[in-house]
Amino acid sequence: MVYLVGLLSLVFLVLAILVLTRLTSVLKGVNGDTPTQESEGASVSNRVNGFLFLVFFVAGAIAAAWSFIHASQFFLPEASSPHGRHTDNLFWLTMSVITIAFVVTNALLFYFAFKYQYRKNHRATYYPENHKLELIWTVIPAVVMALLVFTGWRAWRDITKEAPENALAIEIVGKQFNWEMRYPGVDNDKLGNYNYKLIDAANSLGIDLEDESSFDDVTVSNEMHIPVNRPVLLKIRAKDVLHSVFIPHMRVKMDAVPGMPTRFWFVADKTTEQMRNETGNQNFKYEIACTEVCGQGHFSMRTTLIVEDEDSYNKWMAEQKPWLTKNPEYLARVPEKLKAKAAKYAPADAAAPADSTAAPVEEGAGATTSASLR
Amino acid sequence: MATVETNAASSAVHVEEHDHHEELSFLRKYVFSEDHKTIAKQYMFSGIFWAIIGASLSVLFRLQLGFPNMTLEWLRPILGGWIDESGKLDKEFYLAMVTMHGTIMVFFVLTAGLSGTFSNFLIPLQVGARDMASGFLNMLSYWFFFLSSVLMFSSLFIETGPASGGWVIYPPLSALPQAMSGSGLGMTLWLMSMAIFIVSQLLGGINYITTVINLRTRGMSFSKMPLTIWAFLLTAILGLISFPVLLSAALLLIFDRSMGTSFYLSEIYIGGEALPNIGGSPILFQHLFWFLGHPEVYIVLLPALGITSEIIATNSRKPIFGYRAMIASMIGIAFLAFIVWAHHMFVTGMNPFLGSIFMFLTLIIAVPSAVKAFNYITTLWRGNIVFTPAMLFSIGLVSFFISGGLTGIILGNSALDIQLHDTYFVVAHFHLVMGAASAFGFLAGVYHWFPKFFGRMMNPTLGHIHFWLTFIGIYLVFFPLHYIGIAGFPRRYYSFTTYEAFRTFGDLNMFVSIAAIFTFTAQFIFLWNFFYSIFKGRKAAQNPWNSNTLEWTTPLHPGHGNWPGEIPPVYRWPYDYSKPGATSDFIPQNVPYSQTPESNLPHENALIALEKEIEAQNYNDQFKQPH
Repeated sequence: MVYLVGLLSLVFLVLAILVLTRLTSVLKGVNGDTPTQESEGASVSNRVNGFLFLVFFVAGAIAAAWSFIHASQFFLPEASSPHGRHTDNLFWLTMSVITIAFVVTNALLFYFAFKYQYRKNHRATYYPENHKLELIWTVIPAVVMALLVFTGWRAWRDITKEAPENALAIEIVGKQFNWEMRYPGVDNDKLGNYNYKLIDAANSLGIDLEDESSFDDVTVSNEMHIPVNRPVLLKIRAKDVLHSVFIPHMRVKMDAVPGMPTRFWFVADKTTEQMRNETGNQNFKYEIACTEVCGQGHFSMRTTLIVEDEDSYNKWMAEQKPWLTKNPEYLARVPEKLKAKAAKYAPADAAAPADSTAAPVEEGAGATTSASLR
Repeated sequence: MATVETNAASSAVHVEEHDHHEELSFLRKYVFSEDHKTIAKQYMFSGIFWAIIGASLSVLFRLQLGFPNMTLEWLRPILGGWIDESGKLDKEFYLAMVTMHGTIMVFFVLTAGLSGTFSNFLIPLQVGARDMASGFLNMLSYWFFFLSSVLMFSSLFIETGPASGGWVIYPPLSALPQAMSGSGLGMTLWLMSMAIFIVSQLLGGINYITTVINLRTRGMSFSKMPLTIWAFLLTAILGLISFPVLLSAALLLIFDRSMGTSFYLSEIYIGGEALPNIGGSPILFQHLFWFLGHPEVYIVLLPALGITSEIIATNSRKPIFGYRAMIASMIGIAFLAFIVWAHHMFVTGMNPFLGSIFMFLTLIIAVPSAVKAFNYITTLWRGNIVFTPAMLFSIGLVSFFISGGLTGIILGNSALDIQLHDTYFVVAHFHLVMGAASAFGFLAGVYHWFPKFFGRMMNPTLGHIHFWLTFIGIYLVFFPLHYIGIAGFPRRYYSFTTYEAFRTFGDLNMFVSIAAIFTFTAQFIFLWNFFYSIFKGRKAAQNPWNSNTLEWTTPLHPGHGNWPGEIPPVYRWPYDYSKPGATSDFIPQNVPYSQTPESNLPHENALIALEKEIEAQNYNDQFKQPH
């Protein structure tokens, strides 16, 4: 509604210009000369244009300030990671510096345009250079830039340094058009190898069963669970085209590149539950999005992220069945010497139905257990 | 003033002499012309044609973004199958439109349209040359561009649709037809078109550089060249160095697509099968692409800044402030443009250490840019400003340049870029600083040099209205996009309904779309004014803006060879406006100091002795008449 009013007022402004300028062209028509620099400068329209710059600046400043305040409730959604809060602070610091520069320079530009508009029998000041002035305004931006770069660089260095030892490594794999996650499992803390050539309908991540670390690996899609206050290392890869993991609330973004695993580590320090209380929105969910165009479903590669306390997380993890247990027919792929170790992961009901080969990986393995959080 | 008149008078005499010059056939004169002025017009009309297509595409996808529930059944006569059964825009076609909008605007409008028009038109006229160094190569350059345009245009009509992977065409998406239908024939046409486009750019660029270096008239030293020419020269150098890299990037992609190589492809499982490609790197493509892609930003922007420098000085009736600083900052920008490309790739998985380096280099570029902005503002200070439409657009350009440039300080900071990368903040940033600013450069140039192009004036009142509607409209479109970006909305999303985090701002998106349609509509004022004035505009004076540069010493309709008699020599810099003591408030470049003793500065009196020497030179105009 407000916007409609804004637009209407704009239309009226435009109409006003139209009428004024029409008038001047009529007046000019009376003279009937070819327009020259002087006649244009001395015309009414020159004064109108000069005045409009002033009006534009004042109206623009008010509109910008008002709309900024109005829109700011949606800016930078509440950060839930320490590094995110740090970069948010840097963002607003930089933003205030550039806002000052923005207002001052635009003000001068429009004010000078208004103030020094053409006057008859007046000469502009011949003022081709002033080295001192130029030096000043070269040095000031350089110093400000240096400070901003330095603070930014320190933040960047901290964010991109190696993940801490105790970080929970989770693999997140992008494909057209959803994300799949793999957890290292409860028995060993290691993600098993993978090979894209092993990918098939059931083994959608190409898990390599010649590596014993992969026996207890757990795969899920649709939602990612992570414990609060524990560093999480995302091991990111893509199966088909480029994707990009974007977790807006965590200030996390990293491309998923086929053939080149990437990584990003962060600490989530607010559980989903805490955010629900903080935002007052009982349906709040952390979300994972894709920010690298990847095809027609690019806009809907949504996965939810559930941040929970360590106990809930461990409980959830314990309820997950390893991928191998869910796909027992793949036991045949385990090399002879590791068969004994793998036997542990055979489903209790050893006579698994043979036709389960055809069934794709169950989507959303944790769906029922975490219903309260969804 | 006196000299200008004498010049005009002598021109009239010479015109008679050369009227019997052999008449060229229609085809040689207007189609396969080697005359830089005709080629410039060809580029201008092509650029305007492409701008209409590119802008229409943006209106179409703004409809989808602003009114996600609208049925677009009424567009079925134009778009056919691209409207799906439910009357909505097809999701892949949405991406195709975004891609084609970017490609068309960046390459076909703001590179070919802007540089092609004004470098071609102004370089010979402002440096004082009969034509380009090679008229033939110049003609080839346009016709290669035309061929590339035909290919790109035809890709809009094929069944599988044009290229759809974003204007940056990152592989593997662009390499694999099974990934999206636009990566089939559409992508093949895109790559062929761009390869030919690059050939055209290189032919043009070589010509611009050669002409500026070799064909300047007597006395036109580099320190007396108008800033427009400096800008065009640096633009051409940027293009000459960076476009070949895009060509190799495109060629390797063609190999990957058609010959089974693996430059960019590795470990891909798509469409139910694992591809055999191993060892390629999609990041390699991004490096190669942005090695052009970033200089490209300046290829687009520098000519606009050059045009603005000239127009602001002329219409402020003041010398441009800090002429040497302006040149130095353009050289600085041009140099830095080559070593900042990876700031587009902070979160692509590139080594974070490289990210640090590129952040430092990127933020250095803010310094020369700031100097340019300050110099423009100071040029207005204590001027005597005439608001011609060209002047209005130039002031608008400076405002966009500042507003859009400042947010670059945020995006160039790798730590802040994590959140904002590939969001609408980026869209807002580059549309202001390179899109709108360069488009304003183009419009300012058209308004300013229209009398030289066509010998007639455009209607200034319509120009004023066009400016205000466009200026307000563009701010209404792109200012709110910053808000949407700060809220984290990703680019190239067909709809924002899937995510809770992006479900806000529906009304703002609608507002932006309305503003975009409003701005688009306002351009028809320009189109009408432009085409009407070509035929019916008021007859222009020889030097309607009382400008100093050489192009205004040519006859109203310069013939082949530009000057009927000898090319005038140049004695002074192009910015002697409102010189203290001078009788007129401008002294053209071809007026010797010996004729203006009343206004000469002390060191300029010393230059009078050199005038004979300048006049005696004759490197480039042996026949002293067009031939």
